[in-house]
Amino acid sequence: MLAIVDYGVGNLFSLRCSLQAVGAEAAVTGDEGVLAKADRVVLPGVGAFGDAAGALRRAGLDRAVLREAERGKPLLGICLGMQLLLDYSTEYGRHRGLGLIPGAVQPIRPVVPEAYKVPHIGWNALSFPKDRPASPLFRYIQEGDCVYFVHSYAGTDCREHTIATAEYGPALTAAVARDNVYGVQFHPEKSGTVGLNILRAFCEL
Amino acid sequence: MITKRIIPCLDVRDGRVVKGVNFQELADVSSPVELAQYYSGCGADELVFYDITASSEGRALFTDILRETAARVFIPLTVGGGINTLDDFQRVLECGADKVSVNSGAIRDPSIIPRAAKRYGNQCVVLSVDAKRVGGRFRVFAKGGREDTGLDAIEWIKSGVENGAGEVVLNSIDTDGVKGGFDLELLWAACGAVDVPVVASGGAGSVQDFVTLFQALPKVDAGLAASIFHFGQVSIPELKRALAAEGIPTRLPL
Repeated sequence: MLAIVDYGVGNLFSLRCSLQAVGAEAAVTGDEGVLAKADRVVLPGVGAFGDAAGALRRAGLDRAVLREAERGKPLLGICLGMQLLLDYSTEYGRHRGLGLIPGAVQPIRPVVPEAYKVPHIGWNALSFPKDRPASPLFRYIQEGDCVYFVHSYAGTDCREHTIATAEYGPALTAAVARDNVYGVQFHPEKSGTVGLNILRAFCEL
Repeated sequence: MITKRIIPCLDVRDGRVVKGVNFQELADVSSPVELAQYYSGCGADELVFYDITASSEGRALFTDILRETAARVFIPLTVGGGINTLDDFQRVLECGADKVSVNSGAIRDPSIIPRAAKRYGNQCVVLSVDAKRVGGRFRVFAKGGREDTGLDAIEWIKSGVENGAGEVVLNSIDTDGVKGGFDLELLWAACGAVDVPVVASGGAGSVQDFVTLFQALPKVDAGLAASIFHFGQVSIPELKRALAAEGIPTRLPL
């Protein structure tokens, strides 16, 4: 069973349907006991980093997510859920993340030139780092495939943990991974067949 | 590189697509769910469902089909029509909409834009505008283009974006239905006024009209159309191949 962490932010309907579409038995839950029984965990998220991190902590689910990650279960953060995996964010003040993957969440505007609109909204192509093999998360897709983004902040300084980028002026962090912990800045549940193929690969990790 | 989006728009009344569609591939051409799946398979980048229902029974049917669509179609869904309150936002977002577009509702009460943006985020709030030339200026029209509100369209768009709209769908009444191309003059004025994505609507009659749109106005992010897609005058895979051949960034169907 796959658990989608429900901590009261955002609508999880599409996400659950997309995971079911790739054959996962997906439960939306805010219950630590269910997370403990799950064999993999998806951490979603929308809105502002500080609000979401606060909601996760108030529900006691930050510790639960850390514990399940520690146990080696595959964990996938999506959009703000990916950002929460990093060390901290500077969105409306400085807020601590889960620290599962090194990196900081910063506004994309100073880096993205004026000719590009912010938020970064739409379908953008993924590039993989040249110096290592593609991540198993991308087993069923190819470099250059497009996925759907909606964000104004992005992970920075994720170093060798960056497993995909998207060109938007500079190369923005599109996906990160460290051991069993994965994060994608884009929305696989809204990225058509390519997105479903990423979710399918996650369910097979 | 970010790609230009191609967006078919489906008008839905009482849970059925109006303005019949003409696809032999589909068993039920009036089923929004089937049509949405078909377009997603063709490489549409996003879908707009426009609810033109008047009755509350029709509204309930609409949310049912929206939920069914969102359970099967995994591309972004924008919903418009009859959005007047935050409860309306909540109602369609719960059924799987990703973005909600306001038009007349924002003209009646502009505060819905900042209130919705604060609750759901700017990226969720789309300002849809029907504009028409009156005495050399672009004016905002309401009630499906029948009523001149007296508002200056460019000023209205600017204030909507300042108040939190994260995207603008700009429909030209002057070019709508003419199939002679998008209203480049209107779109140019809007793109110069705001920095959020602008979706062009009204006037597309051919593949070339989309090529011209994106070449003439690189700041336009997306092209929206209805009947030319529904009647097969423009096929989305063919349109995307033509854009790619012209060097316009596009997401090619798998």
